[in-house]
Amino acid sequence: MKYEILKLLARNAKYTAEDIAVMLGAEEAEVKKEIKQLENDGFIRGYRAVIDWEKIENPYVSAIIEINVVPKAGLGFEEVAEKIMKHPEVESVYLMSGVYDLNVVVKAKTLQDIARFVAKELATIDSVTSTTTHFVMRRYKEMDVELVSSDEDDRGQLWI
Amino acid sequence: MMDYSSLLNKTVKDIKPSGIRKFFDIAATMDNVISLGVGEPDFQTPWQIRKAGIESLEKGKTKYTSNWGIDRLRSEISGYLERKFNLKYCPDEEILVTVGGSEAIDMCIRAVVNPGDEVIIPQPSYVCYEPVTRLAGGVPVIIETKAENDFKVTPEELENAMSERTKLLILPYPCNPTGAIMEREDIEKLYDVIKDTNILVLSDEIYAELTFGGKKHVSPASVEGMWERTVTVNGFSKAFSMTGWRLGFACGPREIMDQITKIHQFAIMCAPTTSQYAAIEALRGCDDDVEYMVKEYDMRRRMMVSGFNKIGLECREPKGAFYAFPSIKSTGMTSDEFCEKLLYSKNVAVVPGTAFGASGEGFIRASYCYSVEHIKEAVSRIGEFLKEL
Repeated sequence: MKYEILKLLARNAKYTAEDIAVMLGAEEAEVKKEIKQLENDGFIRGYRAVIDWEKIENPYVSAIIEINVVPKAGLGFEEVAEKIMKHPEVESVYLMSGVYDLNVVVKAKTLQDIARFVAKELATIDSVTSTTTHFVMRRYKEMDVELVSSDEDDRGQLWI
Repeated sequence: MMDYSSLLNKTVKDIKPSGIRKFFDIAATMDNVISLGVGEPDFQTPWQIRKAGIESLEKGKTKYTSNWGIDRLRSEISGYLERKFNLKYCPDEEILVTVGGSEAIDMCIRAVVNPGDEVIIPQPSYVCYEPVTRLAGGVPVIIETKAENDFKVTPEELENAMSERTKLLILPYPCNPTGAIMEREDIEKLYDVIKDTNILVLSDEIYAELTFGGKKHVSPASVEGMWERTVTVNGFSKAFSMTGWRLGFACGPREIMDQITKIHQFAIMCAPTTSQYAAIEALRGCDDDVEYMVKEYDMRRRMMVSGFNKIGLECREPKGAFYAFPSIKSTGMTSDEFCEKLLYSKNVAVVPGTAFGASGEGFIRASYCYSVEHIKEAVSRIGEFLKEL
């Protein structure tokens, strides 16, 4: 049931324990207990809204930065990844397979802010050998949610 | 001047248009309407099915097929029916691919009914059986199934409906709009009633994949003694979310299928070629998609049924299809009044039970082919509506 609860909350964090209990045919108290447990055990790390920032007048800019790193003996990529993730501008950090090592998503008020952040905070780290910055130009889908979707429910044309 | 009224066929003129339409005509003129009205899935046709259709077009598979349907599709259907419902039909002479289940129903009724023959139709049920019977010159004999029997046909009801002239018994299960299913023992009991007669069963199983709560659909033709007296109709619309592809099939003893195919040959020729190629893929590789959709429907079903009961509309657990059929008798209104007032005061569209036969009075049909959020909002508006009565 844990997995089913997580799947539903990932879809909509506003589902109440009661909703989930009804959907899964379980007891509300039991679902409540499971959710508490999932929170305590760190399976659920937070509840956030999915926001279409482009609808807001002064949206922030974000960039995906590809970073190449010389891993340190014994520490691998951990040390540099943890250093990077502490910056509040950094939204996510992933270790990647392929042609570069770390994928860092950064957001800030302006392009200049991001450029400055990359130059001052990322490029200067000892083990970082190169950075490539890609600015996000448009968001089509965010956390499974289609932001630009024009899908309308075109059913209900058939009268029978 | 043309005199259209004397020109037109009298039987056709006397057929009433479907009662579902009225409310949607009104709803279409209103803003912010939240509908629980439609009878088709909201899921996209699984991508690999669409892709198979596209690939067939790219390869130029755009000609007529055999009247019966593409060989490979018929053998897939044969395998699918055996795998899922323990049905044995020979792909060569016992399976006909049709334009939706609807065509199969029409053709089957036309193939067996002579003017004056009686066709037993359980109601509330899908709206086509009665008009199609009349068009064939048949006489519909209605069984009014009861909520207290979970809207199943009982042996007593069947016996009372039968006469010397009975030709055909329609079994529309899993049932639109009631959500009722017939279990093996229910079908066995009906078999006992008809086994010494020459009555044929037309089993409309378009919702066969959509059953819930661990109850698997039992196909009447899989019940001992029933195969030779049953025509099984099914299709791709509901299970594979392929309503617009218009593809179904009819299966039965070859003596009947030969005649059905004769009508199909002259009226339709063959089912759409692109859809047939897509359907092969549906049967070959989409069990997981179907399983996913059934699970989603099940969650929505629970949400809707629990919601209706909480706001005070008694709603039995529908075990199949994708509709809830709550009673609105506690409001003292007729189904029509309820639906009209609800639409005007809360902008929620549902279908009056009477659209599915007179015995649907006191009920409404609410489809759960919508997201959980949509269902919650609609049920909550219906709850407000009830409070304000």
